[in-house]
Amino acid sequence: MAQGQGAALDRKKLMADPIMMTTIVLLIAFLTLFILYPLAILLVDSMYGAKGFSFDTFVRIFQLKNFRTAITNTLAVGFVVGILSTLIGLLFAYVEVYVRMRKAVGGLFKVVSMLPVVSPPFVLSLSMIMLFGRAGLITRFALGIYDNNIYGYWGIVVVQTLTFFPVCYMMLKGLLKNIDPSMEEAARDMGASRWKVFTTVTLPLLLPGLGNAFLVTFIESIADFANPMIIGGSYDTLATTIYLQITGAMDKEGAAAMAVVLLCITLGMFAVQKYYLERKTAATLSGKASRVRMLIEDRSVTIPLTILCSLAAIFVILMYLCVPIGALFPTWGYKFTPLTFKWFEQVFTRYRGLQAFRDSFVLSLIAAPITALLSMIISYLVVKRKFRGKGFIEAVSILAMAVPGTVLGVGYIRGFANGLFHTGILSGLYGTGAILVIVFIVRSLPTGTRSGISALRQIDKSIEESAYDMGADSLKVFTSVTLPLIKDSFLSGLVTAFVRSITAISAIILLVTPSYLLITVQINEFAEKGAYSIACAFATILILITYGSVVLMNFIIKHFGTSRKVREVEST
Amino acid sequence: MSGNGKKAPKGVRLSHVSKIYQNPKTGKDFYAVHDVDLDIEPGSFVTLLGPSGCGKTTTLRMIAGFESPDEGEIYLGGQPINQLTPNKRDTAMVFQSYALFPHYNVFDNVAYGLKLRKLGREEIREKVTNILRLVELSDMEQRMTNQLSGGQQQRVALARALVVEPGVLLFDEPLSNLDAKLRVQMRTEIRRIQQALGITAIYVTHDQSEAMAISDNIILMKDGVIAQMGSPTEIYYHPNSEFVADFIGECNFLPCTVTGRKWEDIEATVYGYPVLVRSEETYTGGEAEIVLRPEAIEIADQGLLPCRVELSCFMGSYQNYHVRVGESLVKIADNCPIGRKTYQVGDMAAISFRSECAHLLKIQKEDKAVISEK
Repeated sequence: MAQGQGAALDRKKLMADPIMMTTIVLLIAFLTLFILYPLAILLVDSMYGAKGFSFDTFVRIFQLKNFRTAITNTLAVGFVVGILSTLIGLLFAYVEVYVRMRKAVGGLFKVVSMLPVVSPPFVLSLSMIMLFGRAGLITRFALGIYDNNIYGYWGIVVVQTLTFFPVCYMMLKGLLKNIDPSMEEAARDMGASRWKVFTTVTLPLLLPGLGNAFLVTFIESIADFANPMIIGGSYDTLATTIYLQITGAMDKEGAAAMAVVLLCITLGMFAVQKYYLERKTAATLSGKASRVRMLIEDRSVTIPLTILCSLAAIFVILMYLCVPIGALFPTWGYKFTPLTFKWFEQVFTRYRGLQAFRDSFVLSLIAAPITALLSMIISYLVVKRKFRGKGFIEAVSILAMAVPGTVLGVGYIRGFANGLFHTGILSGLYGTGAILVIVFIVRSLPTGTRSGISALRQIDKSIEESAYDMGADSLKVFTSVTLPLIKDSFLSGLVTAFVRSITAISAIILLVTPSYLLITVQINEFAEKGAYSIACAFATILILITYGSVVLMNFIIKHFGTSRKVREVEST
Repeated sequence: MSGNGKKAPKGVRLSHVSKIYQNPKTGKDFYAVHDVDLDIEPGSFVTLLGPSGCGKTTTLRMIAGFESPDEGEIYLGGQPINQLTPNKRDTAMVFQSYALFPHYNVFDNVAYGLKLRKLGREEIREKVTNILRLVELSDMEQRMTNQLSGGQQQRVALARALVVEPGVLLFDEPLSNLDAKLRVQMRTEIRRIQQALGITAIYVTHDQSEAMAISDNIILMKDGVIAQMGSPTEIYYHPNSEFVADFIGECNFLPCTVTGRKWEDIEATVYGYPVLVRSEETYTGGEAEIVLRPEAIEIADQGLLPCRVELSCFMGSYQNYHVRVGESLVKIADNCPIGRKTYQVGDMAAISFRSECAHLLKIQKEDKAVISEK
């Protein structure tokens, strides 16, 4: 049997569609150049030196004691953070889905799930130091402990857990909602206690999902750069070690080899998560809940769980609140009154805050729409069209999710500082704002693509087919049907990309040149120096910007989004 | 379009068309459509009928251009169209899910294709108004599509396809999301509009009664190949295989031995009893099967073949019997049974039928599993 003709015709039809063709070619070029190539060059650089191919660099870095320690440190942190985040996330998700609680508690939950999204990644490290450090508000002034050492293993674990558990919470909430309540009712009906139902029905169904949440957090923790940097003290993880290898030891080959090691770890976990656990989760929890779940009203259950979660939520919120409040104290840990705006003034008068905010803002503002559009185009191609190279586009844009920022940063340094393959071609790109924008795009592309794909999967394929059938070409189908239908998703992708870009640090810190001042880099510097008040002032303004853009997005979606029409109709 | 089709309808011809898919589990290639050869007259209404997985929808999607044939050529109005993308083909499709644009109102949905053709504003308004009148949705122009009932959405989908005056109209199981009563009403409606406009229509369904009610011709498919083509009566009364006979309605099969010919009829014996079957085929003897529709059989105390009643059930419009004749189970629909004798389980009786109501089939080895999957 020859499928040749059909394939040839499909190809011809594709060729007859120049817009599609150009888009695909450009996309593949972009993904290859800015995701695959920087990773490939790391591998090449660490194995191919003056003597040809050898594993010398790897041998050398593995002989470095601090690198070996960094590996065990990273894994030790990641493992514990993964477990703790999953457990806390599960608790929150379970309480939200299963337990009847007051509206106010639900509000707290929402705030908790929202905070890590709008805040820069290392805010909790700052507040941790300010609350529990040597001059901490709680440790020194409330408890009278003067020598509390939070720098190191436990500091990182606590901060990362608090940062990442909301992600687990959101993931597990989605899964729990998909469990058909009648399964649990059947178990209850046959005589199982509530605890027994949880352990014999709910938990086994959720198990792959828990594994999934664990690995996602594990990867996030391993890839995290800013928190270990600020609160790690002398406890180095892979991400910080690589950074120091470049900035401190000036050993670019060594850093490249280390980056390869880090990448292998995250990629391996990502592969397990993506191809094994996600599939399993989908297999056990594919069904939709057939009807509304009867919430647990038993006070002996609801009261302790509500109190536990509320306290945890309030604690997290207080940690975040500590940042703006900290920026208002005259001298942290010494003089608390009167509250003052002097740090905010200094941000602009002494520390070139205006330039920092302008640079961060403008670069993120350029990156965000490009990212949103790119991820929508990629999702459209992946979900709705078939062509050769589709697998490549999907794989690479999702793969970028598993690439730690530090690895990407090192890849860009190696890949572009001396031009492509060190030949000088395109070397003009390095050190410009353009490369920062590209890094922003690459860093946000996977999340945007993932949410775009799930939005598009919900649109019946035949809607677009019918437009195509009516005589619209690909561009027309995309602009007149697809895009209007996923307007909301596009908009939230836009804002997510903006927020992620303006709060990004791990890759950027390796690539930024003195000609650009970026807020996150500034905050990191001040926190490193121990200038917490000024760091807090910067961070507060940053949170205001990101929070403001999220509010703006919700407003626009509510009043101008596609779903508005649908909602209006449903209420008539 | 204004109700009288200015454009001539186009014929469709498939010349040895095949489509190969890969089985996702085994990785093996198989023919989803195999060597389909058919010629559809301009202006006729043709149904592709068959169980799920028979290749009917794939065939339709190849005509629309969403799938490319791996072998063979498709002609529309005499022109080969294999190389054309769907938007360049003179076809319009009505989808199973209607595929209305949820962000447009009824008017804009219908006007979509006309706007792409760069028609003037006035012309578009006139055409859309006319077509909406034809599908009886004149007062719904400004509604959003999710404010419409299923039947109304169906009409919008139909109007949207009709308004571009396609050379051929394609239907992909358009009524399967409607409830039973509305389905009957809409199929009559579709047939009425198709005849009024004189447009060529190709219609995919798995519902045999829908196919019979609506079509000039039925193409019954199975496992990617055409099992039988013909008018509804031809296919119903002269099925060429057990599969066709069984798919197109309830059916009984009685094994028989052909013994000779008597005028227009063939003489045969069933479990030793002589019967007559109308057939033009020149059987000279041997094993065959008699195909009998339940409504063509009479049950009485005396008759051609003695039987024992195994089930007797009042269905309203008819009395349903299952009787045992020799080793065969025979289903009988005794229409309008009132005033006649009703047999009970265990009763002995006899069945008879007129020779022209029976059809003779050569014995075929059929895959029973596939046949029963309707």
